[in-house]
Amino acid sequence: MNDTPQTMPRQSWTFSNEVNAEIRRAAHTGIYDIRGGGAKRRVPHFDDLLFLGASMSRYPLEGYREKCETGVTLGTRFASKPIELKIPITIAGMSFGSLSGPAKEALGRGASLAGTSTTTGDGGMTEEERGHSEKLVYQYLPSRYGMNPDDLRRADAIEVVVGQGAKPGGGGMLLGQKITERVAGMRDLPIGIDQRSACRHPDWTGPDDLEIKILELREITSWEKPIYIKIGGARPYYDVALSVKAGADVIVLDGMQGGTAATQDVFIENVGTPTLACIRPAVRALQDLGMHRKVQLVVSGGIRTGADVAKALALGADAVSIGTAALVALGDNDPKWEQEYRALGTTTGAYDDWHEGRDPAGITTQDPDLMARLDPVEAGRRLRNYLNVLTLECQTLARACGKSHVHNLEPEDLVALTIEAAAMAQVPLAGTDWIPGKGGF
Amino acid sequence: MIATVQAVSDVQILDMEQIELREVNATLQRAPSTNYTQFEILNTRGSHAIAVGLDAEIEVIVKGSTGYYCAGMNQRATVHVTGSVGPGVAENMMSGTVIVDGDASQYAGATAHGGLLVIKGNASSRCGISMKGIDIVVHGNIGHMSAFMAQKGNLVVLGDAGDALGDSLYEARLFVRGSVKSLGADCIEKEMRAEHLDILADLLARAGADAKPQDFKRYGSARKLYHFNVDHADAY
Repeated sequence: MNDTPQTMPRQSWTFSNEVNAEIRRAAHTGIYDIRGGGAKRRVPHFDDLLFLGASMSRYPLEGYREKCETGVTLGTRFASKPIELKIPITIAGMSFGSLSGPAKEALGRGASLAGTSTTTGDGGMTEEERGHSEKLVYQYLPSRYGMNPDDLRRADAIEVVVGQGAKPGGGGMLLGQKITERVAGMRDLPIGIDQRSACRHPDWTGPDDLEIKILELREITSWEKPIYIKIGGARPYYDVALSVKAGADVIVLDGMQGGTAATQDVFIENVGTPTLACIRPAVRALQDLGMHRKVQLVVSGGIRTGADVAKALALGADAVSIGTAALVALGDNDPKWEQEYRALGTTTGAYDDWHEGRDPAGITTQDPDLMARLDPVEAGRRLRNYLNVLTLECQTLARACGKSHVHNLEPEDLVALTIEAAAMAQVPLAGTDWIPGKGGF
Repeated sequence: MIATVQAVSDVQILDMEQIELREVNATLQRAPSTNYTQFEILNTRGSHAIAVGLDAEIEVIVKGSTGYYCAGMNQRATVHVTGSVGPGVAENMMSGTVIVDGDASQYAGATAHGGLLVIKGNASSRCGISMKGIDIVVHGNIGHMSAFMAQKGNLVVLGDAGDALGDSLYEARLFVRGSVKSLGADCIEKEMRAEHLDILADLLARAGADAKPQDFKRYGSARKLYHFNVDHADAY
């Protein structure tokens, strides 16, 4: 036996096993990795902020006894019929095609029970979601799949999608496995082909054109519907300012942790800005234009808890939107499917091949047998419960800060645990009065 | 505002020197609940979004030229523009007919699902982009990137087509009588069969075009980009 001390095998941080596996996969297949979801890398997030709570200078509200309102009205700028929501949490746009019909129905059921809205996606409006969504936002996307004036008129709001956080500047691809007869029919495409979604709109370019496009949409819908503009987290100050200029009633700002049905992993992980870094520049743009609270700001991308909701509102958002978390509430990535996840080469919590249509939970699929696994009534009830918990948690934190409405939360209620988060959220590093970038350093 | 809407015999006159765009469109959109079926819009002055969101079997004559999105999302109505139109004429049209006596700017008939768009002059770039079932007949020429990602329907061009015709085409049919500067990715010339001559003859007749179907060439999708193939990566 050789008892000479040995050097420990050392893995490279640069060329980790994960990195090497991807190099081997790329060398074998010749194509980049496509997946669903948002950025998985660690970025500064709401976890890096804390509420200060009440103290000598602030007094709290009694939990469960003193009111803490949660209602929000979206679309007060131009629309004659703004949307009234009971809670400041909405369901983000997710397409039929990417999601199954029962999943869309469950989203509608859950959102309606909780008093909030849900949103269509690329591929048009289905009866499942219209029928079960008390408030439905109709997305107006570059592909215009299924777009028609009748559905525009029966929507409660219209969301012009300029970008999304997972892929600002990118289009989409729905693989042929999910282009069933119904999906193909709604999109005017042959069955079974890989369906591409364009990265920009076919009939306008830039904010000046968009202003005219919004005029057209308002004329078609008699100026009734709130018009949202959804932007990916890229240059939030200027993107928000230009959205206001273009005539938005509501701006939806999606950070890089926001999910997508399918895009290149390299895009998801390397393009865009963390949600935390987007909010303050966006709010500053609104304030500079005198439009804060007049044009409502909805923030999305990585919202998971009532604390995330409360922190987003404290930084100046009017509401938040959830996508991935809503799918998890429905049953996505549930440990009860672990055996099947392993058969697909993944594990609970990591399953992200939503585009392949083999989702064991029956949510991101068009396979009839898999779809049947999701009971839309039961899943809708779970989503309702989850939305209620988010709201209760948000109220708890707001009361602790002495707020009678969740919109009264403010940046002064927050501190940051890291310098990065302090810089992005523009709140002091905990234990100091230092906000990076303020006061000359 | 009723006093500013003039009725002359059976034609209702909508004068944009006297009434705002909202009143023009609201009047046209209310048409199913009135006895009027014919309308004339005067003094358009290049306004945007004229005669959008119509859903009735009415006839609208737009006297003059318009800005963006004239007759957008039209359903069932016939809209006749005596001048030229800005970008996105008849965008996302579902049914009905739109006739333009002059020229059309870019994106004519974009994403439209049905109906007939006739442009008697020329159409600029991206004519028929993402079209989903509309029939478009252009008496003159069309610009570059026309029929980009066109999914369904027919685009007929009596003149010439610019660069990259039919790039990333799906199942739309393209008929061009003149020259094509270049074809886009996955767009190829295809055999003109009897069924296509019949389609073309019908469209030419409906569009009032004096041309022989036999003088056209047909272009369509090679369908090589329907499934991602790394060996075709240069085409994407």
